[in-house]
Amino acid sequence: MNIATILDMAAEAFGDRIGVVCGEARLSYAELRNAAWNAAEAIKASGASYVALLDVTSPAAPVALFAAAYAGVPYVPLNYRLTKAEINELVARVAPAYLVTSPDYARLVDAHAGVTLVDRQHFMALPAITGEPPIPGDDPREVAVQLFTSGTTGKPKAAILRHENLSSYIFGTIEFACAEEDDAIVVTVPPYHIAGISAVLSSTYACRRMVQLDGFEAGSWLAACRAEKVSNAFLVPTMLQRIVDHLAERNEAVNMPALRALAYGGGKMPLATIQKAMALFPGVDFTNAYGLTETSSTIAVLTPDDHRAAATSSDPAVRRRLGSVGKPGAVEIEIRDDDGKVLGAEEAGLVFVRGPQVSGEYLSLGSQLDAEGWFPTKDCGYLDAEGYLFLDGRSDDVIVRGGENISPGEIEDVLLGHAAVADVAVVAMPDQQWGEAVAAAIVLKPGSSVQVAELQALVKDHLRSSRVPQKIIFKDALPYNETGKVLRRVIRLDFV
Amino acid sequence: MATALKAGARFKSAVCDTQVMVIKAPAGEHTLQCGGADVVAPAVAGSGTLDTTLGGETLIGKRYVNADESVELLCTKGGQGALVLNGTLMEVKQAKQLPSSD
Repeated sequence: MNIATILDMAAEAFGDRIGVVCGEARLSYAELRNAAWNAAEAIKASGASYVALLDVTSPAAPVALFAAAYAGVPYVPLNYRLTKAEINELVARVAPAYLVTSPDYARLVDAHAGVTLVDRQHFMALPAITGEPPIPGDDPREVAVQLFTSGTTGKPKAAILRHENLSSYIFGTIEFACAEEDDAIVVTVPPYHIAGISAVLSSTYACRRMVQLDGFEAGSWLAACRAEKVSNAFLVPTMLQRIVDHLAERNEAVNMPALRALAYGGGKMPLATIQKAMALFPGVDFTNAYGLTETSSTIAVLTPDDHRAAATSSDPAVRRRLGSVGKPGAVEIEIRDDDGKVLGAEEAGLVFVRGPQVSGEYLSLGSQLDAEGWFPTKDCGYLDAEGYLFLDGRSDDVIVRGGENISPGEIEDVLLGHAAVADVAVVAMPDQQWGEAVAAAIVLKPGSSVQVAELQALVKDHLRSSRVPQKIIFKDALPYNETGKVLRRVIRLDFV
Repeated sequence: MATALKAGARFKSAVCDTQVMVIKAPAGEHTLQCGGADVVAPAVAGSGTLDTTLGGETLIGKRYVNADESVELLCTKGGQGALVLNGTLMEVKQAKQLPSSD
């Protein structure tokens, strides 16, 4: 099993169809495969153990992903938004490497033994292969992709995805060539994110044209969707929020008749945002996709029908599902308590997942699966009686105050309900008496003001006294990573 | 001729254009035929005559399974012969398709 088979099949069946669009560049699936073959030959000749990418999204990203698969080495896209020191630490961890980059990022990379820098333009114009096309390896246990986790709580870990993990996700959940001739998906997630990898693999297998944007800005996203008649899109919640705001501020009509499906994931979607978006795009199918790097992308989906049922139902149990991530896809999910006991419906605990697409493995730490193959996601949550999964933060983020586990999410929801509060993050702060205490960093809406005591009283009234933030500070903005995850480890430093 | 079907292994028909990849199969020996002839390794040149008495073509992208779905093959290139495992025609597996999430 090899993910290169995905491109082989698309090129065999729909070789003339445009696979990738990026600015002026347009590549058919046959051209994409030729570029990957040529690159595979250069990679093999270089003797590299990894193919790395340090660049924004461009056609070089899918070419590098598939070329690495043809060449039989792992593909490692690196986060170009890291600091120079962080980037060089990761580059040193993948040497000897064939590193595809562009002038903006090449200057960030120090000289490393065994690391060959290849300019993106050169990479896309390599000489054509002279011999037979490469035959991808057939060992399903070979590593296809290595992704460094975002490290919101610590040093990045190298998550390993084997060909069998990614292949089973694609073959198990997507019908080959299911896209219509004119379909297109706009891809805005960066290439080093699991959603960026799975967008390439699933679009290729569906034979759906990918429209790449090398960054996200609401106006240019809308323009690209209209110009390319985009039918599908994947967004992280922050992006959807910005699109909704952009349209509302300008009183601009949506004007995207080709758009059929909007999928979102990668972080918690605020209820108000999805409600506004559904009202703005009434004919569009919304899908909430929940997944992790370690699970080869999506493991649960809240389907378009689930969205519509939740939005129109009078049953509170159905209505609240708009805040759920849906039901398991091609995996099993169970909830356990701290002692490993499997919990029933409505009982909150830790989310565990099992299935062939779940790798649950890191380079030096090895497999994190238990004896029965279950992976601890470290997400907290519960299932309802019909199996819908509700998430409630990361177990790393839980505040343990005098032995009591406190989830930041419920406190944040209450504080966000105050008219003056624009954004909030609740974190643990060290406390002599309780071990940990509750602390909140708050961003106020422009021109608003509020007393700390008033916010504390609000939490006490809605929840209970143990949930009241002992300390509240006001900030101009909260730190986020590029996919909209709030960086709690940075915020915690404000309370040390 | 009986052969082991290891996950990830590829075979091609000796008598038509069909190519398949093993998604899963239990350990042990199996007889896999396509178009009436034993399948061969991808690099081996096939020979023989296409026999369609057991049924028609294979389709690219379809997954073929035996009755208990313990053996699953992905057709990576379509052809005119039908896939037959241990003497029984293989069936197309219905996809559990999810709404496009990425």
